[in-house]
Amino acid sequence: MKALLVAFSDSDRSLGGGISAKLGADFDIVQVPTSELADSAAHSLWSLVEGYAFVLASSSMRAKDVMARLAGLMDAAMVTDVTEVTAPNRFIRPILAGTLFELVETLSSPVVLTFRPSGFESNMASEGSQVAYSGTAVERGAVCTGQDVRSSARPDLSQAKRIVSGGRPLGDKETFEKVIGGLADKLSGAVGATRAAVDSGIAANELQVGQTGKIVAPDLYIAAGISGSTQHMAGIKDSKCIVAINKDPDAPIFESADFGLVADLFEAVPEFTSKV
Amino acid sequence: MKILVPVKRVIDPYAKVKMLPDGSGLDVASVKFDINPFDEIAVEEAVKMKERDPSVSITVVSIGSSDAEEQLRKALAMGADEALLIETSDSLDSGVVAAELEIVVRQLGPDLVIMGKQATDDDRNQAGQMLAAKLGWPQATFACEVSCSPGRVTVVRETDNGEETLELTTPCLVTTDLRLNEPRYIALPGIIKARSKPLSRRPRGTSGQPKTRIVGYQPPPPRPPGRKVASVDELIAALKERGAL
Repeated sequence: MKALLVAFSDSDRSLGGGISAKLGADFDIVQVPTSELADSAAHSLWSLVEGYAFVLASSSMRAKDVMARLAGLMDAAMVTDVTEVTAPNRFIRPILAGTLFELVETLSSPVVLTFRPSGFESNMASEGSQVAYSGTAVERGAVCTGQDVRSSARPDLSQAKRIVSGGRPLGDKETFEKVIGGLADKLSGAVGATRAAVDSGIAANELQVGQTGKIVAPDLYIAAGISGSTQHMAGIKDSKCIVAINKDPDAPIFESADFGLVADLFEAVPEFTSKV
Repeated sequence: MKILVPVKRVIDPYAKVKMLPDGSGLDVASVKFDINPFDEIAVEEAVKMKERDPSVSITVVSIGSSDAEEQLRKALAMGADEALLIETSDSLDSGVVAAELEIVVRQLGPDLVIMGKQATDDDRNQAGQMLAAKLGWPQATFACEVSCSPGRVTVVRETDNGEETLELTTPCLVTTDLRLNEPRYIALPGIIKARSKPLSRRPRGTSGQPKTRIVGYQPPPPRPPGRKVASVDELIAALKERGAL
């Protein structure tokens, strides 16, 4: 059996080995140019999928945009956000904001999958062979007229080994950047935020971690001033080590944190930053 | 301009849902149901368009049990004009839902389909894109800003690292993200008025069979219990011992 790994970024390329091994499939890689909109990307991929039992991509907003459209064109079975493969036709994935998991059986072939990389070995020696992406010119009536890419010197949230996240108690943008950003930089980590912090304008939307934002799985996740809503916890529960710093001893995040420190974040985080 | 808004009846997203002891299903006996919050945002956006341009007409459609009438009535109370309930007791996957919606679109001929990016029960994030593919329409997923002009829909959409603006020619499909709007509160008169708005029912069309099925549920893997530390120094020491620093 063969799988086609659709890479939407360079870092996606190292993620094919783990899941393909579980599927019992050899894999090829095709890289989609970043400039391609979903309709033309899905259409171009459609011309390449013949003969593949699985078409895979690491879960991201872009992967969901393109891969579900591709599954629609292929009229294929699709399973999103796979965390575990129990058989080549059986997959485990989170539902209800990660409070439960469902076991899904696919009933036909081919199958389109998006998967959470944290569930699978990455950087395996196996490197799939490259399939050339050839853009097929489709005029489907969508044109990109503007992009606002927040480039950051910090690592990408979904790939970061260390993440420092803040909630609404940070109060304003400048304080958020100084306190949360300061520790993140000291740890060479990424910055994350809760939905509440994003909604109140103190953090940019693409920093949002949780069910409706990014799903992360770092080695170390430090949550400062975060109460731990179901929505937020859904995005961080695959982290290897969770640290919670919150002045409310009853905050639900302490139930899931490996290490909890009941303290005022405005004192504890700068102290941590200076000592670490 | 005709707008179609598909809405899904889902378990109250704030309810704590348990699975049946044997893992064969979810224990929904005592939970409430509501419109999928992302679909509610889609209804709100359509109603806002209608408020700006009275020539806009809004149809809401739901596929599922007859209980989904409750969610359609809510959408009508928010300001939609008419509702269609496609009644079925079958368990469907996103592919079948998209195929069923394709039938509705071909009959109704909307200029815009706007719907939630995902349902908060199964979190699949598939049906909108699949429907756009089947129709061959342009799509803009994860919308955080939508504006319309004749023959054109402009969408600011969220991306993995920021935002981008797409110009779509109609007919087109948009899926909504959380920041697009705050759905309105519906007062009692609206709910009463909605009772007299047209709601038609029909059985499922020939949309084929699901290609996936759910065979069971399981709880999330437990996290080992954590512990409280008393100071930053103790925290740093604990993290070093764990190898996390």
